Amino acid sequence: MANKVYKDAKAAFDGVLSDGMMLMCGGFGLVGIPDKLIEAVRDAGTKNLTCVSNNAGIDGAGLGLLLETGQIKKMISSYVGENKTFAKLYLEGKLELEFNPQGTLAERVRAGGAGIPAFYTKTGVGTLVAEGKETKIFDGEEYVMERGLFGDVALIKAWKGDASGNLVYRKAARNFNPMMATAAHMCIVEVEELVPVGALDPDHIHTPSIFVNRIFCGAPYDKKIEQRTVRKA
Amino acid sequence: MAWTRDQMAARAAKELKDGYYVNLGIGIPTLVSNYVPDNVDITLQSENGMLGVGPFPYDNEVDADIINAGKQTVTEVKGTSYFSSADSFAMVRGGHIDLSILGAMEVAENGDLANWMIPGKMVKGMGGAMDLVAGVKRVIVTMEHVSKDGASKLLKECSLPLTGRRVVDMVISELGVFAVDKKGPGGVTLIELADGVTVDEVKAKTQARLTITVGLKVS
Repeated sequence: MANKVYKDAKAAFDGVLSDGMMLMCGGFGLVGIPDKLIEAVRDAGTKNLTCVSNNAGIDGAGLGLLLETGQIKKMISSYVGENKTFAKLYLEGKLELEFNPQGTLAERVRAGGAGIPAFYTKTGVGTLVAEGKETKIFDGEEYVMERGLFGDVALIKAWKGDASGNLVYRKAARNFNPMMATAAHMCIVEVEELVPVGALDPDHIHTPSIFVNRIFCGAPYDKKIEQRTVRKA
Repeated sequence: MAWTRDQMAARAAKELKDGYYVNLGIGIPTLVSNYVPDNVDITLQSENGMLGVGPFPYDNEVDADIINAGKQTVTEVKGTSYFSSADSFAMVRGGHIDLSILGAMEVAENGDLANWMIPGKMVKGMGGAMDLVAGVKRVIVTMEHVSKDGASKLLKECSLPLTGRRVVDMVISELGVFAVDKKGPGGVTLIELADGVTVDEVKAKTQARLTITVGLKVS
């Protein structure tokens, strides 16, 4: 079996990154984002990147790191609210932005990874999102055509992974990761725990190994919380 | 006295039915979960990939990997499940969710909704709102009846870019409850008046074509 296991994020990116690439990033808010891989992209200094990611991180975390260094040319996202650097760059015209409805974004990535070039959805019909796109009536209702998305490199965060690349995500950190993992020429995964092949229950695997090219253990993790909300005891 | 935010949420909670799967937006909609009637059991869906969303955690049980779509920390309940964003929006778009309650900037008499973008201002994005209003079986808007400068938000036509076309079934504002005919030409019907509010006040603050239900309930 070909070795997929790498020492760290830097090693896992060896020979992979080049300017102008499209990166497919898992995560929702700061949950399930590929922290170590994003740091490694920052350190590599790769430029003119297009990032497909539901959010754009926050100042000082997630894709916010690559915004601060000016490495991102374009974002394809559904919501970018929590990022002052993002707003500044965008208002200065230094960043392109394509908003997709969240479900449309998820399905574009799923379709891209599944070999489906386009699909129809009722989301966004009659709104700015549908402008310039083909529409079609099915069963009396109007739908808009959306294209599948397929990138150069997928940056994925999972909870546990085995050496062959089988992955298990933890709780709400699954989000966009399973689709992103399928939708790029090269899929690189960071896990909290790297286990031997055979250690994961085959019935509990979320992303099968075939989608994964490279994997490394990124522990320890300092998981950040965007909106810590508690109730009184 | 017009309704407070909590009274609006409590009124919205009366629309919940036993067994419903419900998606709640940020703001007043989030408060709805505090007013679920005792004999009603609902399951909350959060579009980031969680079904069966519990209350906010106590300080010592915060888990960074358990958040709702507003990125707030939440807890599991018995029977919680997690899934991918693609599966989550299969639930949303596929019509598997019974009710979505969300906020709005404008609602038109034909059910058009605008709640994601003000041209010329920094746009944060639509998130899952367009998918929710397009796909969920019933859509209820909770909102202030007029904007800060006093302009009606219940309009003949939306002036802001739409989130969805003909998608809103009901509006609950501080003045009362309004049914919206999203399928036909019926416009907006006042079906319930908040205690202390007059029909004249509602008429004065509503730009949409308004019908008043005969034998209007006041609560």
